[in-house]
Amino acid sequence: MDLFPLGWQHYLAGGMLLGAGVGLLYAATGLIGGMSTVFTTVWSYFSSFPYFREERFVASRQWRLVYAAGLVLGAAAWMLTIGEPFQTHVPAWQLAVGGFIAGFGARLSNGCTAGHGICGMASLQGPSMLAVAIFLATAIATANLARLFA
Amino acid sequence: MKPAALAWVLLCGALFGFGLSVSTMVKPEVVLAFLTLHDMGLLLVLGGAVVVTFIAYRLAPRLLAKPLAGPAFLQHPSQMGARTLGGAALFGIGWGLSGVCPGPAIAGLGVGNYPILIALAGMVAGAYVQGRFFGR
Repeated sequence: MDLFPLGWQHYLAGGMLLGAGVGLLYAATGLIGGMSTVFTTVWSYFSSFPYFREERFVASRQWRLVYAAGLVLGAAAWMLTIGEPFQTHVPAWQLAVGGFIAGFGARLSNGCTAGHGICGMASLQGPSMLAVAIFLATAIATANLARLFA
Repeated sequence: MKPAALAWVLLCGALFGFGLSVSTMVKPEVVLAFLTLHDMGLLLVLGGAVVVTFIAYRLAPRLLAKPLAGPAFLQHPSQMGARTLGGAALFGIGWGLSGVCPGPAIAGLGVGNYPILIALAGMVAGAYVQGRFFGR
């Protein structure tokens, strides 16, 4: 069985590059570069509900939006230089339902593949490591089930 | 936050987005190929990212009295509990169904992956329901 049918170099190089982004963010600003919190902090601009107005969200909403904008720009830079445009063919209902559950779950867990997966594991935090083991397990189970019924 | 710090944030976000694109994690199909155990690439992406970040998290506070453009090195301890672990289980279900997690959902816009807007809208809505009804 071939573990990497499409090659392995781009996976490792890409992972190290994005790790360099998270690492440099810490060296330059001292910030922990998780990603899912931005989905909560954007609501602080529109909602007066007390949870969304909490200090931790209001205080970080600006840099989190800038960080997200950087993600889009970096991906665009890749597309315009060595890459090419790409559109997914995953069915819309899977994107919608999966996106909703992933967004809800990541915010309940206070972390996603970036926050728990990269930042939490890189700082050797037990709860994050357990969270990663759990979401890998449920994701693998769900993806295989979805494939079975597709 | 000072403009210099925000410029760093933008640059680091761009590195993150560029790396996500190089690694092809912006393609949900590639993520789903890992989750259905056809291509182990995602483990190299995660492993490479964790090792580089680990080194930076260890070295930066030793080499620098404070961040280049910030007041202090922050910490963000994760909490052990039902919310962290139950939320992770749910997150995995959504990730396994769509092949999309927050970073690639956002970066996907930069490679013209416009169908990803559906997943992004789902995530923003999921975050609202979490905060509005299950926040604390």
